[in-house]
Amino acid sequence: MNAKAWKYLRKAAFWLLVAVIVLFAVFPFYYAILTSFETGSALFEVNYLPESFSLINYISVFKGQPFGHNIFNSIFVSFLVVALSLLLGVTASYALARVKFAGRGLLLITILSVSMFPQVAVLSGMFELIRGLGLYNSMFGLAISYMMLTLPFTVWVLTAFMRDLPRELEEAAVMDGATPWTVIRRVFLPVMWPAMVTTGLLAFIAAWNEFLFALTFTLTDDKRTVPVAIALISGASQHEMPWGNIMAASVIVTLPLIVLVLIFQRRIVSGLTAGAVKG
Amino acid sequence: MAHASSLTRSRRRSAWIFLIPMLAILAVVAGWPLLRTFYFGFTDANLSDLSSYSFIGIENFYAVYDGEAYGLLIDPEWWQAVWNTLFFSVISVSLETALGMVVALVLNQNFRGRGLVRAAVLIPWAIPTIVSARMWNWMLHDQFGIINDMLMKLGILSAPIAWTASPDWAMSAVILVDVWKTTPFMALLILAALQMLPGDCYEAARVDGIHPVRVFFKVTLPLIKPAVMVAVIFRALDALRVFDVIYVLTPNNPQTTTMSVYARQQLVDFQEVGYGSAASTLLFVVIAFCIMAYIMIGRVRLDEGGH
Repeated sequence: MNAKAWKYLRKAAFWLLVAVIVLFAVFPFYYAILTSFETGSALFEVNYLPESFSLINYISVFKGQPFGHNIFNSIFVSFLVVALSLLLGVTASYALARVKFAGRGLLLITILSVSMFPQVAVLSGMFELIRGLGLYNSMFGLAISYMMLTLPFTVWVLTAFMRDLPRELEEAAVMDGATPWTVIRRVFLPVMWPAMVTTGLLAFIAAWNEFLFALTFTLTDDKRTVPVAIALISGASQHEMPWGNIMAASVIVTLPLIVLVLIFQRRIVSGLTAGAVKG
Repeated sequence: MAHASSLTRSRRRSAWIFLIPMLAILAVVAGWPLLRTFYFGFTDANLSDLSSYSFIGIENFYAVYDGEAYGLLIDPEWWQAVWNTLFFSVISVSLETALGMVVALVLNQNFRGRGLVRAAVLIPWAIPTIVSARMWNWMLHDQFGIINDMLMKLGILSAPIAWTASPDWAMSAVILVDVWKTTPFMALLILAALQMLPGDCYEAARVDGIHPVRVFFKVTLPLIKPAVMVAVIFRALDALRVFDVIYVLTPNNPQTTTMSVYARQQLVDFQEVGYGSAASTLLFVVIAFCIMAYIMIGRVRLDEGGH
């Protein structure tokens, strides 16, 4: 009897722990959604459950500032960065994973160390570079600076993945005299897509969420990306913050990401572990 | 044989052709800006005109005029920022590791709805840092915030607290948001390590009737330690350069100004590119030193982390 009671107690404790974890993880986003549907005085009462439902915040966030532009900017930069990172990453990782040459290990460590650079440590040099190229306040300037963030781990994760593929895969093609470019396109690309989806998604998230470069290298409201736009939404004074608008904007930019992450959760986990744990 | 070696040679050549574009881009977008920033640290460059500046040696770091010393190395605000950064990093990474371990151990159990729980845990990780800072900003609002409301209803607080504005609580608020946002990352990495463990030693421990807590400390922890140490490095690197959360959650608060916030403030807000770059350079040195110390003290083997 005593053992049985003990067992139930342990089970209850376990489920309580699970409940606390889920609540802590989900509640802030739930509360953001709830707030985004509230207007007027409802906004300034603390509600735990939905009390009112209005889409006004979702409409007004597009009116007060060029939020549509901001979303477009973020999408454009993120896709550009993903495409460039994958293109450069796949070819480079083929060389790093499948061809033996002197200095390969050193090269990999150097590439990995770039991903550890603090962004602030390159800020003034990057500013000068982007201004020098005439790309200040432009999406192309941002895309260039983001390559520093996405390219190293794209190369790293794709190399880790490609190294694990069997040698026989390319042998026949090489013996037939196929050029390395053909080998990549015909032999590796068809089996690489899971790894490319993973790294592409991680690069997309990194570019979509980036803040410091976007804040520093853009100037006008219509050139801002979404995180900067959200960070800069403010009211006439500190006590007139349009919290409803801020939460609506937050929900708009977060929902697609959450959907993506939940769909690809297994791939993301394997990508993160390949990038971090294998590192 | 001669054929094979000429094949190898042509493969090597094409390997370099594939590598050069990637390396060139990295050199331009990472190597060059880093070197330029180091160099700017020894000049009096100003943001209004980056093309004219002069070399002033170490004056940004330390200089004496008329018997009075100036420079970053004796700037109390800089050292406050260094202290804030280290304090933030140590506390938040420790909390994230401990909580991540708990979440990973839960997710490693077999129970109904495990997939849903894992999906829920991933949500904070998927939310952009700026958005999570704003969400918590609202929840921690001094007048209308739900956190004050909860704590007062539970009788823990008698009066609301201005979490993000008060000097006593601002750092705690920042740590709370960071822990909420990045514990999932830690949990997933630890979970991956847990799932690679061999099952047979647990079988043996169960047969011998050893208490699960003892099994955790004697078997599980030593086995996953290398992976955890590597995960901690990645988190620590992130924490030491923290910027976004603080910029949005507690702007202009000396209690939470970190090295990155300080350096950007000098660089952009005060336009002092020389001085700000000197701070960036020092930040780079401090972070490199911390990570090297951690690797040496913890005897982390980077290549042993995975399989």
